[in-house]
Amino acid sequence: MGNKVIQSSLTKKYVMALAGLFLVTFLFVHMSINLLVLLPSTDTFNIAAHFMGTNPLIKIFEVVLFGGFIIHIIYGLVLQIQNWMARPNRYKVEGWSHTSPFSKFMIHTAIIVFVFLVIHLGDFYIKAKFLGQVDDVMIDGHHYHDLGAMVLAKFQMPLYVFGYILAIIILAFHLHHGFQSGFQSLGINHPKYTPFIKTVSTLVSIVLAVGFISIPLTIYFGNY
Amino acid sequence: MNLTLKIWRQAGPNEQGKFVNYPVSDISPDSSFLEMLDILNEQLVEKGEEPVAFDHDCREGICGTCSLYINGRPHGPDTAITTCQLHMRKFKDGDTITIEPWRAKPFPVIRDLIVDRSSFDEIMQAGGFISVDTGGVPDANAIPISKVDADLAMDAAACIGCGACVAACKNASAMLFVSAKVSQFALLPQGKIEAKRRVQKMVAKMDELGFGNCTNTYACEAECPKEIQVTNIARMNREFLVAKLTDRVK
Amino acid sequence: MATLDSKIPDGTIAEKWNNFKAHQNLVNPANKRKLEILVVGSGLAGAAAAASLGELGFKVKCFCIQDSPRRAHSIAAQGGINAAKNYPNDGDTIYRLFYDTVKGGDYRAREANVYRLAEVSNNIIDQCVAQGVPFAREYGGLLDNRSFGGALVSRTFYARGQTGQQLLLGAYSALNKEISKGSVKMYTRREMLDLVLVDGRARGIITRNTMTGEIERHAGHAVILATGGYGNVFFLSTNAMNSNGSAAWQCYKKGAYFGNPCFVQIHPTCIPVHGDYQSKLTLMSESLRNDGRIWVPKNKEDAQKIQKGELKPTDIKEEDRDYYLERRYPAFGNLTPRDVASRAAKERCDAGYGVGSTGLAVYLDFADAIKRLGKDVIEARYGNLFQMYEKIVDDNPYETPMMIYPAIHYTMGGIWVDYELQTTIPGLFAGGEANFSDHGANRLGASALMQGLADGYFVLPYTVQHYLADQINVPFFKTDTPEFDKAEKDVREKLEKLLSIKGSKTVDSIHKKLGLIMWDHVGMARNKEGLEKAITEIRELRKEFWKEVKVPGSLKGVNVELEKATRVADFLELGELMAIDALDREESCGGHFREEYQTEEGEAMRNDEKFMYVSAWKFKGEDLDPELLKESLNYENIEVKTRNYKEAKS
Repeated sequence: MGNKVIQSSLTKKYVMALAGLFLVTFLFVHMSINLLVLLPSTDTFNIAAHFMGTNPLIKIFEVVLFGGFIIHIIYGLVLQIQNWMARPNRYKVEGWSHTSPFSKFMIHTAIIVFVFLVIHLGDFYIKAKFLGQVDDVMIDGHHYHDLGAMVLAKFQMPLYVFGYILAIIILAFHLHHGFQSGFQSLGINHPKYTPFIKTVSTLVSIVLAVGFISIPLTIYFGNY
Repeated sequence: MNLTLKIWRQAGPNEQGKFVNYPVSDISPDSSFLEMLDILNEQLVEKGEEPVAFDHDCREGICGTCSLYINGRPHGPDTAITTCQLHMRKFKDGDTITIEPWRAKPFPVIRDLIVDRSSFDEIMQAGGFISVDTGGVPDANAIPISKVDADLAMDAAACIGCGACVAACKNASAMLFVSAKVSQFALLPQGKIEAKRRVQKMVAKMDELGFGNCTNTYACEAECPKEIQVTNIARMNREFLVAKLTDRVK
Repeated sequence: MATLDSKIPDGTIAEKWNNFKAHQNLVNPANKRKLEILVVGSGLAGAAAAASLGELGFKVKCFCIQDSPRRAHSIAAQGGINAAKNYPNDGDTIYRLFYDTVKGGDYRAREANVYRLAEVSNNIIDQCVAQGVPFAREYGGLLDNRSFGGALVSRTFYARGQTGQQLLLGAYSALNKEISKGSVKMYTRREMLDLVLVDGRARGIITRNTMTGEIERHAGHAVILATGGYGNVFFLSTNAMNSNGSAAWQCYKKGAYFGNPCFVQIHPTCIPVHGDYQSKLTLMSESLRNDGRIWVPKNKEDAQKIQKGELKPTDIKEEDRDYYLERRYPAFGNLTPRDVASRAAKERCDAGYGVGSTGLAVYLDFADAIKRLGKDVIEARYGNLFQMYEKIVDDNPYETPMMIYPAIHYTMGGIWVDYELQTTIPGLFAGGEANFSDHGANRLGASALMQGLADGYFVLPYTVQHYLADQINVPFFKTDTPEFDKAEKDVREKLEKLLSIKGSKTVDSIHKKLGLIMWDHVGMARNKEGLEKAITEIRELRKEFWKEVKVPGSLKGVNVELEKATRVADFLELGELMAIDALDREESCGGHFREEYQTEEGEAMRNDEKFMYVSAWKFKGEDLDPELLKESLNYENIEVKTRNYKEAKS
């Protein structure tokens, strides 16, 4: 039933929600590994990074992950363009109804996070994976990319630290709305459990923000 | 009270519109917002000018005819009311009040502040009903219905179809309106029989008409004069998902 | 001289409707497609009739002045709908509902029609539940009932304080179902400006599209008028701003008789008038009288202090309060019928005991009910009404008593119809508030919804078919006939005339004047002198209107002032007919109270010997006196008594 070529608005929202929630799980994995860099030696971090870069299962997962990103981005754009088209004539006095402020700026936070993502991938992922611009380090007789050293070096630069922190805060805003919103889109709203989901959403955004931000701050202000 | 009104004037559907300022004076704080516009119109007619066209009918907040986007909010600066129930005591002497029509692609302006909301009727015609003909129905008490469900259905059914949800939504989405009807019927045993067909048809029509998508901002809920809740949107999301996954009709 | 045939079927009262159905003419399914029906109005009666006739297979066109059929003024009914289901096991029967309705109408309704109404009332509830109308329910899952004015049983079904809305949305959904099937074609934002007759039968209408200004012709084999009441003749009423009597008035001028025009219902529980800028009056549901107690101060001095703002209602001690309805009508107390309650309020205010700044208000107090049931229960029952009151008046009714005063609410009068709801023009039917039929001189609460839906779902689909049975060979009508040409020309001329006057008076200013004349002389209390004065004044005002009215704009596009002007032009004639009818009826009955005819205690005095008839007025021409035809009412199944709401005997 319905138009088979153009998906229903609701179907697009399900895809958005599922992709978004999936990406949140990735963020937790990413954060956990990143936090290893704060250990006295960067060896653990480098081994973990190596594992993530070479394990065949993770490699398959990596494709899925990129798929998740691409779907989330493309669907987000399509939905947003449709939303803009739904109101060709804007209001003179724009509405400021009592709603979550973050929810009104999802596309804006998304664009900032996307820009960050591109820079971030360029700095680490592409350099390590394709350009080979990362130094090697020997651990227990094996060669590893010394990503740890690279991270430590980057986070000595004030501008880089500032940019990174800003991007993470914006990401947290995005997640604060996005996480619980995903449940609503999937039809999960219940007087008993929705307040809990909303609390979890706030916690998720705070935990991820604190987790990620603690890395540059510790490195910049600590003895690394 | 003395006020300056900044009102959108547009002579016809295809004409260029603009804001025109009108001063009004000696308005009683106890008069309603529409009565204030009546006074303005009476003055305009006396001067031989054409009055400001706006939709209104019952003036007791139930028919859903009145609209108006007042100072950035549908139905103005009060909650849980329609424009016809808004009273001037909610404004301050000397205020400038900007009055705009509902803005959405599926709600084209017909004249001044009047918009065409027949798209809402089209959505209803797509499936917002239970297919029973007159006569030949069972006794009203033949099917007991849980009071909780009946009350929730009534909460959803209270929608007056005014379009404030669309007007308030930054995406001009009609999800609250559509989900209220879908919910009302999905909650009742009478409505469950054709629930899968209904939700798919109504959503398809909503999309076809060019309403925006829901981003769960909930401005609709904040501005709804009948306080219809976004739990209805979640229910519709659920109903639609289940319908898509399990409907045996291709 | 013309005569009236009410076409009441044979048989005992309980058999009549069945007898009609058993012997009526039917149209076979293949032929139904060849017959076109125009339904004007999309409220309970109109939407229900259009949907039901569409289901049967007729081609239906439905017209409404609103931008959507869902907005018809039936939507504003709050309290509930009656039916003789007897679910509460409290002794209700079809006969009792019939009896209460006839008695409530002060013995001025046609027995057979009212019995049929009571008979189909139960089907309505079944139908609405099947459509998904969310009526209030008990915890056991079954339907809840509440009590209402004028009855000793609880037979009112309700959906919070929005029963009219929910029933209308039910009918609207049935209509949508038919629109989607293609059997009904909907025309919104259309105002009917004339009726077209061909060889003496109703065969079409002329409408104006209020958005484009286009004048349109529509032809059909039959026309159903479901355009509501004419309460807005008073300017201030509980009717919607666009409710008007023009469609009915055009039919009257084309030969349909107007029944009981003076029977107007004044609703006792409305928010009092508070300023001359006011555009309409807001009704607070009569259901409030279930738990609210109505009172004014016992001492005139207290009342005066309250009027000046020196005392608050809560300052008045219990023993200094006059619960005048409970005092005068111990059996029914605050639940007396609307006309009785309204007059009692007027009596107290006229005597100087009124409250509020104008002295034209009485208290409706929930303090006792809140003490007895708790605030939560009261909030659950009336929360939306209390909220509405607070938004309008800026006063919290949980803490201070509400102020109420009677206001024009419903018109029992309307186009005269026979048992088949057919007017004196063949092929023209009238349903709902637009006809005069079932409520006599006063309508009981929760009966308007019942009548509208009864007419639409269960009466018109039968009787219209009966009429159409011999029309199957009449081909679809063309609209380029001389009859349509003339009707359209007349309409255009009238509209152009209104635009060309370019006087100095706005339409509203004249409408307000008319409203005041009507309220003062043709309102809650009437007398010969006042009515004669009203007739003279209305005639003068009509002349002033046609000389001095100012209508800006043109025929093209939206022209709200022009719409209003056509309506007020008709009100200026209709108002006069109401006064003429009131003058003729030298008795007090139901909503019609002639001051000359009252008991020493101030109760209404009916004159059954002389006035037990329906007045049906026939139009004789512009500026000619209408002719009165009388349909005498015979009560064979009810003993006619003086209404007594003091004792519990019925």
